[in-house]
Amino acid sequence: MFKSFHKSQAAALTLMVLALLLLWYAGALWLNSDQLINGYERRNIDWNFSQLVADAYSMKRPMLPTPDQIGAELYKSIFDTAVDSKRSLVYHSAITLSSTLLGFLMGGLLGIVLAIGIVHNRTLERSLMPWVITSQTIPILAIAPMIIVVLGALNFTGLVPKAIISMYLSFFPVTIGMVKGLRAPDKLHMELLATYSAKPGEFFWKLRWPTALPYLFASLKIAIAASLVGAIVAELPTGAQGGLGARLLSGSYYGQTVQIWAALVVAAVLGAVLVALVGMMERKINRRMGIAA
Amino acid sequence: MTSAMTVNTQSAPVGRLVLIAAGAAALLLSLWITGGEPGAYNRQPIWLVLIPLMLLGGWFAMEQLTALGDRLESKAAVRAVNLAVPTLFAVLLLVLWQLICTGFAVPSVLLPAPGTIGITFFSELETLAKDFAQTWLKAVLAGWLIGCGSGFVVALLIDRSPFLQKGLMPIGNIMSSIPIVGIAPIMVMWFGFDWQSKAAVVVIMTFFPMLVNTLAGLHASDNLHLNLLHTYAGNRRQTLWYVQLPAALPFIFNALKINSTLALIGAIVAEFFGTPIVGMGFRISTEVGRMNMDMVWATILVAALAGSISYGLLALLERKLTFWHPSTRAAG
Repeated sequence: MFKSFHKSQAAALTLMVLALLLLWYAGALWLNSDQLINGYERRNIDWNFSQLVADAYSMKRPMLPTPDQIGAELYKSIFDTAVDSKRSLVYHSAITLSSTLLGFLMGGLLGIVLAIGIVHNRTLERSLMPWVITSQTIPILAIAPMIIVVLGALNFTGLVPKAIISMYLSFFPVTIGMVKGLRAPDKLHMELLATYSAKPGEFFWKLRWPTALPYLFASLKIAIAASLVGAIVAELPTGAQGGLGARLLSGSYYGQTVQIWAALVVAAVLGAVLVALVGMMERKINRRMGIAA
Repeated sequence: MTSAMTVNTQSAPVGRLVLIAAGAAALLLSLWITGGEPGAYNRQPIWLVLIPLMLLGGWFAMEQLTALGDRLESKAAVRAVNLAVPTLFAVLLLVLWQLICTGFAVPSVLLPAPGTIGITFFSELETLAKDFAQTWLKAVLAGWLIGCGSGFVVALLIDRSPFLQKGLMPIGNIMSSIPIVGIAPIMVMWFGFDWQSKAAVVVIMTFFPMLVNTLAGLHASDNLHLNLLHTYAGNRRQTLWYVQLPAALPFIFNALKINSTLALIGAIVAEFFGTPIVGMGFRISTEVGRMNMDMVWATILVAALAGSISYGLLALLERKLTFWHPSTRAAG
């Protein structure tokens, strides 16, 4: 039974991906043909459909590049280019990845510290919690360029300003999840520890923290995705300095659509891999905590 | 604030109250000292001692209010306290910000004082309103409505088809982990510089959260309720209307709330890639270029207000529509 379900899931997914690819090629033809037909008519060239199709799928700056064009660009900029070259996507990914991870680390720590404070102090809970929630209704990404410029004016450039934006985006899910998690211990367990006359530190390390771990990892998955988005957007205003965001912006300035799409694909893969990595750690922890995955 | 504190006198220790009063006095005195020529702290650093006093007083005031909130019976009073504590916290932060900016004469390129930002906000209200109309009323609202609407409709359509769900759900989940906002330059290329391209980014950003959440919500209905409808010979439409949709409402509102923030982010970021000479993203990027920071902060204030108010309105609507749900009832 499980096997047949698995099979049908794979079948459904394959079919869906195939359908999407088909749509993509049709869309590329549709979007690119306008420009091509205009060009033919201007130069008074006779054209037929097969020629149009061939041209639409091999334009240098298409409105929508085909997946194989993107694949070729990916191959070129990942494997055929030296890793330290400015044209290498590995180089740009490394820049983005480092600020993502630094921001994720800082955001995770800040989130945990805030949650511990909120759980242990009612005044902090009352005064801070509403603002933690409000902070997320503010489109912080919009002020990313300002933070970068201001910190740049302070001679504070490079990794840290970008990481601060990632941190702001990623602390919130961690705080919310950890507040829930640190409050999750069973009342019976708490009372048991109280009868053992446990100290506050023991309450924390022996009960609250282990109980909160599954919640922590669920939040970390959201946080790392948000962190990546923060890093990429933070790279937009820094222009030529590198990173996937800078790659997107320069691609958009020079109309290099294939380059934009290649950077997007890399960003997507990076996001999926990061989330999957945290998910793997989560499963490991959950198994140790005795929670069936 | 003061009246709330006087109610509190019977039970609060006198020492605390003295500290609170001293903190309030320190706050007013500090504001008065720094109110004159900027740089008061640079000239007379001795006045810095008032700041810890102010913070300590503020902390004790919040502590007393919290304790008061836990003791009170009347719901309205508890709500007032729940509002007062975070407000006091915010006021303290703002005052601290103001004191540091004016007291140390921080250049406004680095960080303008909240007072300056407020003045800019009111004096440039017309420009800000135009930007708001361009970005929020056109791009965000249109994109949010289309994105959420289509996500909802697609979820309803594939709810009964396990095959389509198995194909679409993994894609929807992957979409949640990738930075969709990167699609902005492409949309600007396709739909031009005006608000349509921003709305397109917003549609794509909001579609998947809505789809995934609605689907999860449609599956969250109680089996007992579904069986009950079955014994009533309820048809597909009735099951959807009376059981599935009400059970899905909390999920749907969750997506609507997430999307309200996402939409604003998407529209503003998309404006960094090209826009007519109006719009919040345009304003931020050009004023940053001119080092005109109080205008940037005023725009951010507009964005923050728009984000918080739309989130708040959605939360209010949710409470009205899901009054029966345990999570709403527990919140009181």
